[in-house]
Amino acid sequence: MSTVTPEEYERIKRSLKREPTETELGIFSVMWSEHCSYKSSRIHLKKLPTKGPRVLQGPGENAGAVDIGGGLAAVFKIESHNHPSFIEPYQGAATGVGGIIRDIFTMGARPIALLNALRFGPLDGKDAARTRRIMEGVVSGIAGYGNSIGIPTVGGEIAFGDPYTSNPLVNVLCLGIVAADALVKGNASGAGNPVYYVGAKTGRDGIHGATMASAEFDDKALEKRPAVQVGDPFMEKLLLEACLELMATDALIGVQDMGAAGLTCSTCEMGSRGGAGVEIDVMHVPQRESGMTPYEIMLSESQERMLLVVKKGREAEVEKIFEKWDLHAAQIGEVTTDGVMRVKDHGTVVAEIPNTALVDEAPVYDRPTTRPAYLDEVRALDVASLKPVAPQDALMTLLASPTIASKRWAYRQYDTMVRTNTIAAAGLSAGVVRVKGTNRALAISTDGNGRYCYLNPRRGAMLAVAEAARNVACAGAKPIGATNCLNFGNPERPEIMWQLVEAIEGIAEACRALDVPITGGNVSLYNETDGRAIYPTPIIGVVGVMEDASRVLTRTFRGARDAVVLLGEDRGELGGSEYLTIVHGLVRGDAPAFDAAREAALIRLVTEAASAGLLRSAHDCSDGGIAVTLAESCFDSGGIGASISLLNDLELFSESASRIVVSVEASKEKDLLRWAAAAGVPARRIGTTGGSRLEIDVHGKKVVDVGVAEAENLWASALEKHFKRAVA
Amino acid sequence: MKFGVVVFPGSNCDHDAYHAAKHVLGQEAEFLWHKDTSLKGADVVVLPGGFAHGDYLRTGAIARFSPIMPAILDFAKKGGPVLGICNGFQVLLESGLLPGAMLRNRDLKFHCEHVTVRVEETDTPFTASAMKGQRLRLPIAHGEGNYYAEPDVIRSLEAQRRVIFRYCDARGEVTDAANPNGAANNIAGICNEGRNVVGLMPHPERACEPTLGSGDGLILFQSVLASLARERAVRTA
Repeated sequence: MSTVTPEEYERIKRSLKREPTETELGIFSVMWSEHCSYKSSRIHLKKLPTKGPRVLQGPGENAGAVDIGGGLAAVFKIESHNHPSFIEPYQGAATGVGGIIRDIFTMGARPIALLNALRFGPLDGKDAARTRRIMEGVVSGIAGYGNSIGIPTVGGEIAFGDPYTSNPLVNVLCLGIVAADALVKGNASGAGNPVYYVGAKTGRDGIHGATMASAEFDDKALEKRPAVQVGDPFMEKLLLEACLELMATDALIGVQDMGAAGLTCSTCEMGSRGGAGVEIDVMHVPQRESGMTPYEIMLSESQERMLLVVKKGREAEVEKIFEKWDLHAAQIGEVTTDGVMRVKDHGTVVAEIPNTALVDEAPVYDRPTTRPAYLDEVRALDVASLKPVAPQDALMTLLASPTIASKRWAYRQYDTMVRTNTIAAAGLSAGVVRVKGTNRALAISTDGNGRYCYLNPRRGAMLAVAEAARNVACAGAKPIGATNCLNFGNPERPEIMWQLVEAIEGIAEACRALDVPITGGNVSLYNETDGRAIYPTPIIGVVGVMEDASRVLTRTFRGARDAVVLLGEDRGELGGSEYLTIVHGLVRGDAPAFDAAREAALIRLVTEAASAGLLRSAHDCSDGGIAVTLAESCFDSGGIGASISLLNDLELFSESASRIVVSVEASKEKDLLRWAAAAGVPARRIGTTGGSRLEIDVHGKKVVDVGVAEAENLWASALEKHFKRAVA
Repeated sequence: MKFGVVVFPGSNCDHDAYHAAKHVLGQEAEFLWHKDTSLKGADVVVLPGGFAHGDYLRTGAIARFSPIMPAILDFAKKGGPVLGICNGFQVLLESGLLPGAMLRNRDLKFHCEHVTVRVEETDTPFTASAMKGQRLRLPIAHGEGNYYAEPDVIRSLEAQRRVIFRYCDARGEVTDAANPNGAANNIAGICNEGRNVVGLMPHPERACEPTLGSGDGLILFQSVLASLARERAVRTA
């Protein structure tokens, strides 16, 4: 199996000045796969802002890092495991978690938080049974790996939509903490330094996994199951502890995990980064099966394996640490000076490739783009022609729809508290973890609305950045850095490529405006099955820092007689909304408008008001509009209701951006309004908390009047019902 | 007082128990590596939660053969206070220090959430400062916490008042709806005949600071400190 094109084959011959061997061809085909080489996206990714005063490590290493103060760095990255999760949901998702955790601890950081952004097909309709099976598998795979290794899953999101039916998305973000001056890099240097292999033995699993992830699926997709790896969280826990113990010494030069493209990728990337060569002999590689060829050993994607370069003379010390954890560290080669990746099999050279050929000279494509024809058709939206629906019925329908309903069914299966840092309960806000030994806490959110991006990729991408940053601010933290996972269809189709380019440019613009540089991420293309692409779905993870962890905020109202204040302004935008989709069955219109300056001002205001202790709760307006935001502010509060007045019907479900609903003590309302005026953020009191009902009137006419308990019960049980039915 | 926190490969609440003892309670604390054979002078031993040896074979089944276990058995036999939390409880069951076994949760799913347990007995070192019937809000995080023992074992546990914690509702009623995993008689925690070895599925170490959602777990640690102090006072008197 090789995906090298005839042109790429000629390129290989030019680089080597000869025909490649079979092993070499395998190495080129994985290193030049879309997954490893970013050949379709690379020229566009350069447009992303990656620098800033807090950025300690931008893209190019195993993960990015930002300065969070006090001499500490937060190391984080998001990565996709979409294709494997469709074929084998449990193992696909589990190994996705395992892979991103390795990326974090190879940087020297102790992983302390996981989040996941998931997309599935609808839970009803003809494919519902398969979707439920995929979702159950993915959720239990995430739980099985994360819970066992002991890293809390503190947040994320799940959304549902038709285009994900045969191509679910599983994006996992991991964050770790390390002393800023102790960041470890993935490079090999110092001729003669030994190269060690540690962790699980190499088997025939996952061969060409990276290649699989770089192709579309068809009706033969399930035949690719052998390309999905099997995870062992216990092995990874041992590797994690042993590696951190080793990193506390100064015996280590560099380390990289063997993820996509396995031993091949780690060997040549470490050599390339260190400006050196790496020579290994596959006979020393611990093997799970007999008779493996060098080709298979180099391309295996068996999980839980690390490649390390250590200082010559320190071998005994290194081996002793791994032995303590019952791990075997095998020396498989050494660092050379010639910049060549040389692979031997019992002393005979089977591959000899300059690193530059694999990494720097990898093909880069400027693929053609075409604005898709569907856009003009779907953008047209005549709100006046929508059949009238009673607002309260619409609200209840939305609360019970899977995208908006409580995700407790899923997150109850995740250990959200291990390591005792989680200071905002699951489902109540962005993920928030305190940083022990300091007063600080970090808030992390992942967001991305595929429907918006389908209607307007540039705006949708900007809104994804904005929503993630806004959610972090709602928890009380200042957004300081971002990571992105770009999930798109086949880039060889100009319409898809256009979506990708528009989205990247949108992300770049929003990140610049909100001052959240991108420190790394992942591109997942070819998310198509039988020629049907997913919605273009950039997922953005934003990390924020708060100086005083005790100021953390959640979405829930805290008591009666507080003022409910809307920060930001509605513009009556129903395009692409959850309301249109769920209540009217339409995916139409344009994504909500986005004004970066307004968003930046709003985020600054909320962050400052939160750190001053002015706010009692904060919740952003997104899916389902302000009606859903208000309902969710009542939920998990112990039944606190609210009386609200809005200006018009459209405002109930419009999804205009840059809005946050906050509650403040009545005596502090004036302060907040003054702060907002000074910040240039529109603000208006829309009501008062209290009672046990959510009442909303528009122009004096009551349009919603529902008991909080009744609405909450509907919202809390909706997702679970789909799975109970499946069992019965 | 000195807390010894046992670290098996795959333990993952070891740091949490250590943090609670050292930084919340301000006591001395030390990790005890499973390959060690000494308890390093610990006054109380905690077997923390996690997935010792990956939970492979059976939860706690491999950990019980660790080199440190004979020292713990000896310490327990002499009346030393031993607390097994979650996976640590499972190790205590496998090692024979406590009777019974754990089945998968009855809905076959991992559960992580806050539950309420009722303190049934206060004559153990870990509940001595609590009140009988006191309700504690503690987190659980397990896939196999469905306590099972032969009916005659359950009968003798009840007769000997060795059920220490029981899942209950917010009012303290022991109901099936309040039982998160299907445990026999809503059992969340038990003790040995000597009453010095206690195992429970909920995580008191995760509930020692209100900022984490509950401070109710602190009472277990405060109890053992008070018990040890009393014991010492008696010995020196």
